[in-house]
Amino acid sequence: MLSFITRRLLLGILTIFGVILITFILVRVVPSDPAAQWVGGRATPQQVAVAREELGLDKPIYVQFEHYIKDLLKGNLGYSLMTHQPVVEELKKRFPATLELVFISCIIALLIGIPLGLISAKDKNSWIDHFSRFFSIGAISIPTFWLALVLQLIFFMFLGLLPSGGQLSMKIKLFQTVPNITGFILVDSLITGNFAILKDFLKHLILPAICVGAYTIGLVARMTRSALLEILSEDYIKAARSYGLPERLILYSYALKNSLGPTITAVTLAMGYALMNTFLVESVFSWPGIGKYIADAVVCLDYPAIMGVTIFAACAYILLNLIADIIISLDPRVKL
Amino acid sequence: MSKKSNYYNILIKQKLEILKEYLYLLEQNKLTFAALIIILFLILIAIIAPIIVPFPSHIYGAVNPQDKLLSPSWTYLFGTDEMGRDLFSRVLYGTRISLLGSLIAVAMGLLIGVPLGLMAGFYGGFIDEFIMRIVDMFLSFPPLLLAMAIAAFLGPSLKNAIIALIISWWPWYTRLIRGQVVSIKEREFVRAAHAIGTPSWQIMFKHILPNCISPVIVQASMDLGGIILTLAALSFLGLGAQAPIPEWGLIVNTSRTYFIKAWWYGIFPGMAIFIAVLCFNLLGDGLREVLDPKTKKY
Repeated sequence: MLSFITRRLLLGILTIFGVILITFILVRVVPSDPAAQWVGGRATPQQVAVAREELGLDKPIYVQFEHYIKDLLKGNLGYSLMTHQPVVEELKKRFPATLELVFISCIIALLIGIPLGLISAKDKNSWIDHFSRFFSIGAISIPTFWLALVLQLIFFMFLGLLPSGGQLSMKIKLFQTVPNITGFILVDSLITGNFAILKDFLKHLILPAICVGAYTIGLVARMTRSALLEILSEDYIKAARSYGLPERLILYSYALKNSLGPTITAVTLAMGYALMNTFLVESVFSWPGIGKYIADAVVCLDYPAIMGVTIFAACAYILLNLIADIIISLDPRVKL
Repeated sequence: MSKKSNYYNILIKQKLEILKEYLYLLEQNKLTFAALIIILFLILIAIIAPIIVPFPSHIYGAVNPQDKLLSPSWTYLFGTDEMGRDLFSRVLYGTRISLLGSLIAVAMGLLIGVPLGLMAGFYGGFIDEFIMRIVDMFLSFPPLLLAMAIAAFLGPSLKNAIIALIISWWPWYTRLIRGQVVSIKEREFVRAAHAIGTPSWQIMFKHILPNCISPVIVQASMDLGGIILTLAALSFLGLGAQAPIPEWGLIVNTSRTYFIKAWWYGIFPGMAIFIAVLCFNLLGDGLREVLDPKTKKY
């Protein structure tokens, strides 16, 4: 098994190299001149030439690639064209907000998705099954950004129950010192026992988390259902039934446990998708995370920022897949 | 009647029987059938959109400041936008853009992905390794992310967004087809074709391809929905269609500025995306059930 993990790790590193190669090719086939953008619209040709030299764009392509990789290994993702700030600093600053959103949305997705798949598989072809299948296929079909607008409309505009965006309300930001220990508001407010902030934060979090998690709910429910259905038709379940074991016991302690493998794959996959969905949701809810950063970067075509987020998100995605594979390989029944 | 045409007649009859059977199975599955009907309806709308829209001049340019941001009424079924354009006309015409865009992306993805998958599976060895490692590289990106990066670097436009979608979607077909080819190429009829000296390309396209195309068809029909969604998402981010093209995602994006004053502005185009994607997903699900022999009812 150890050899499997090493092999899988090496493959992961190779894939990340591939990601870097693709992003590098993207950066270099870009039709516009990065140097011209760096110095701004009113620069003289001389200034552009100087900038080109400074940015290393006058060197041959393989030298540029070498520099690019060296920079990446040092953790340098380049400088934003708009703010001239290091992209990596911006990512660090915004990462906690996005992680909190993805994490909470995945918890919501699991809490809804797994039971939904379960009741669906339990009574196959009943009206509950039809309803839950329709619900989950609806959840993977709904445009996330539109769902965000609709929820905002209902809960902020019409009902006035929840805030329209941001992480904390103005009142709290102005009159209270928000603790900053780990950078995660959820964790910090729990550590310091500041429940006013926690409550306010959760109020702001709930709508974006539902939007980010919508796709995931559908995905988890579908995967749980199909995994369970496959298992329920196996011989050992038939044997358990013929012994007269109660259906509840069969379902929860015999079948559900064995469907955990596919569900774990679903969860890690889902976290990857949730990360993508933050790109569409965060800007609607003015959530100060990575998703909003790339949505803003895209509008003004800030290439280094787009590239930085792309590499970051792709690496996160690869890492998640790696974790899923390793968890599944821990299952003694899996032959490697 | 010659023998040959007789043979073809029998062949056509057989195919018709199979088609009838599929249609029967689809009819049994009411939801899939409903989805199919709605999709056919959407395609019809896409084709005749320019004729049936109530205000053809509102699709792109026209500005009617006196009618701006009107709520839905009998004249303007979906209300109007900030330039006084009829949203019903724009959303209706948007069907054409989304459906056509996604169809082009899937067709091109198939055109690139299928031959490469055939080659990888058929030749094996170095060619297989080479193609599949490139495919793996592409597949390690989530599709939306790759499409977004490519669209950003090509420059924001509807055409570039579709190109970006093609680039990020073809590897899925390559992988799917390769898996099929690997299992089919060992079968007797392929060996027989080899033995009588049929050229390789003919074996690939005439003997192997028809036997491994059905999972690809299911996948493609499901992808049509996914691509409509991703195209709308790209436009929503500002990387796809640019104003004044009446693309659904773009309309939802512009509506955000007026969201407090005009709730209807973003609701209807978003609903259109939702319905279209939902129907393609339902159809794909149903098709998979029909084509999968394991779930066949008799």
